[in-house]
Parts: sequence; C-alpha cells; structure tokens
Amino acid sequence: MMDQPSMRELVEAVRDFIEQKAMPELKGHTAFHARVAANALGIVARELAQGPQSAADERERLAVLLGHDGTLEELNRELCRRIRDGAFSLDTPGLAEHLTVTTREKVLIDQPNYAGLKRR
Amino acid sequence: MTLDGRLKGGHDEGVQRPTVIRMAEIRFPDFLPALERALGMRIENLVRLSGGASQETWAFDGASAGETLPLILRRAPSGIARTTGIPLSTEAAVIEAARAAGVAAPRVRHVLAPHDGAGDGYVMDRLPGETIARKILRDDAFAGARAKLARECGRSLARIHRVELDDLRALLPVVDGPAQLASYRDNYDAFDYPHPVFELAFQWLAPRLIRSDRETLVHGDFRLGNLLVSPAGLEAALDWELAHIGDPLEDIGWICTAAWRFGVQDKVVGGFGDLADLLAGYEEESGIRVAAEDVRPWIVYGSLKWGIMCMKMYQGFLLDRSVERAAIGRRCSENEIDLVNMIVGGKS
Repeated sequence: MMDQPSMRELVEAVRDFIEQKAMPELKGHTAFHARVAANALGIVARELAQGPQSAADERERLAVLLGHDGTLEELNRELCRRIRDGAFSLDTPGLAEHLTVTTREKVLIDQPNYAGLKRR
Repeated sequence: MTLDGRLKGGHDEGVQRPTVIRMAEIRFPDFLPALERALGMRIENLVRLSGGASQETWAFDGASAGETLPLILRRAPSGIARTTGIPLSTEAAVIEAARAAGVAAPRVRHVLAPHDGAGDGYVMDRLPGETIARKILRDDAFAGARAKLARECGRSLARIHRVELDDLRALLPVVDGPAQLASYRDNYDAFDYPHPVFELAFQWLAPRLIRSDRETLVHGDFRLGNLLVSPAGLEAALDWELAHIGDPLEDIGWICTAAWRFGVQDKVVGGFGDLADLLAGYEEESGIRVAAEDVRPWIVYGSLKWGIMCMKMYQGFLLDRSVERAAIGRRCSENEIDLVNMIVGGKS
C-alpha cells in the first residue's frame, strides 16, 4: 500500500501549482502551454476517478454485444471489424446505446464542459 | 491550428496577431534587402505574425514615392517545401482567380520569383478586420455583422464556386467526397487504434458522401479564423492553402462542422448563423438552390475528418512530446460525441 498523498491528490496538487503559482509568472506561448498542461492533468485526475468504473461498464456492454469476453482493446477492435464488414449497424440492438454511453463517458473525462455533451 | 488547417496554430488564433518575438530576427531578417529590391519599396514596421518552419507570415508597411501600403508577406525559405497544402505561388494564383470572380480576398501585389532571392511566397494587401473567432462571436461591436454573416458567407462561397477552372486545373488537385473519404480511411487504418464511432461514421458516409454533378473551386478551410470580419460584415476570405477542385458542398459543410461552432452548437453556421440563411445567400448569388439535407453528409464528414486529425496529432506527439499535441489527441472524443449526436441522435 502506497503512502499518502494519493495519486489523485498528487496530480491535483501539481495542477493547482501550475495554475495558481506558475502561470501568473509566465508569458506568451509558455503561459498558453502551461494552461494546456494544467488541463491535461485535469484529464488525468478525472480518469483516475471515473476511468476504472467507466472501462468496466464498457467492457461488460461489449461482452454482451459481442457474445464473449476479452480485453477492452480486443473487444473494441472486434466491434470495429463488425461495423466495418456490415455485420453490426445502428439496427443492431444495443449498439446505438452502447456507443452513446461510451462516448459520453469518454468526453466526461476528456472535456466535461464540451458543448456537444449538452445536446440531448 | 490547421488540421490540415487547424493544426497550424491555435484553434482561433488570428493570423493578424503577433506571436513569438525575437527582436533580431524580426528587425533584420536575412531576406529583407532582397524583398525591398523585389517590391521597389522601403519596408517599415515589419512584424512576424505566425508560422512554423515551412511557412512564415509577416506584416509590414511598404513605402514608395510618398505612398505607404499596409501589406502581408506569406513566405517560405527557399527550398523548404510546405508540409500541407498547395505551393505559395499557387495560393497567390488561386486568390487572384477568385478575386477576378468577385470574391472578397486580399489583393496579391507581388509573387516572389527565384531571381528575387527572398524565398518563395507572395505579398498581399493587409486589410482591416478581425479574425479571432471569440471576438467575432462575442464582442458587441460585431453584433450587426453577426446577424448577416451567414448570408454573406453564402454569397462569398457562391462566388468562390463559380471561379473559372480552366487555368486552375493545371495547378490544383481534384479531390471530391469519395476521394477524401478514402484518404481519411487510409489515415485512420494506418493509426491502427480502434474507434467504433469513426467506423460507424465511415459506414454512414459511404452511401451519402457521393460523387457530385458539380465540380468547382473549393476554398478548403472557409471558417472563422480564416475569415476577416469587420463590424460592417465579411471583408475577405483568407488562408487559401487548402484550396482544391471538388464538391462545393464541402465548403458549406466545413463551416457548419461542430468544431467550428466554437461551443455555440445551435448556431449551425460557425456558431453565429443558421444554415437556411447561408443557403439563401448562396442562392441569391448563384441561382443554385442547395438543400440543407444535401449539406448534412459534409457536416458529418467534417467531424470525422477532425477526429482523425486528432489521432494524427498523437502521432506527432510521439515524435516531439509536445504537451499541446498530447492534449489535442484527447480531443478525438469531442468529435465522437458530435458524430453520435448527428448519426445516432439525428441532430444537425
């Protein structure tokens, strides 16, 4: 068992340092890149918090859709093949729902304020 | 950035803004004397605006015989090929052909020749106006311009799409919808990382992004960031480096692509207007009635293209470890949600 602080607390502390301490001292492109870096740490923090559950749910849905278990990447590769060869389409029960939920959860980690998330 | 286009800088970075400043480079670039000779002008107030290794943009005032002209230089050092788009001399020829058809674009004053010794590129007028999307979309000064901008964009695109192709055929590639889809399919396959939503988009588009009866000049990157807008309205179309010959609906779809709405999703045209207004302007100018339904595949295609460009940014990140490219890699999912909204959810 690792000691405290937790991974998430460490990431958040670094992000706060960049935003509150480093950025005010930076200019031009470096300041812009610091903003990008802080946002990237935001992605890491959200993925640490939400990623495991989100990935487990995605894998479970894929196993049901495809009829067997596998790693998340294997199952996604197979889903891609089946969509590409026409075996799966929007008429396939569960596919539209799976893609909608999976994509929403990805965006909630990557860019939770993205306008496209709010269009329902 | 341009992805083709967006990957060239910032999402809404204006070409008219100064960025990196190194004084020695800015005041005394090595091509300055050659450029002054070529133009027959004294160059004053030279400022580097933007650009990477393969292309630079400079602003300056050109003085001769008591007259001073505000000008822009688009330039590449000799022998350095552009990584995207058409050669700068072709870009200049396209702009002049478009202007001859009544398109508002900056007048080209001089195309650099090898004997000028100042690199490859051209000099054009520097027009007043704003290119930064968030200002055009939010500032009160642009409220009047915003209200009519969709219609003006329609008119401007109609003029671009009636440019005589004869002289341009030898200069520009022909890339229609099916050819672009095939090209992005190849790119996507080469990255070898599964995106079920992109697969669905390819399947959805195959029967819809079909060969058009019309073959026209296509600007290729007609959207906020590349449009010069003043409080009076649309002043000029800039950044012609992705011009090609193809399906005119590509230009209409691209400015409606979700990523170019800058968060104002219900304003389908660029985050400021309605597609019906753009199409009305297009018909007024060209007499050609375009159905909104026919634009839809190109809007969907825009999000797929953008998504695959984000995958490409990850490939760039593997080479240069840039935090900016890394972050853009994670913007694939924005395009996936846009595709889901359109293909699964039936949204515009």
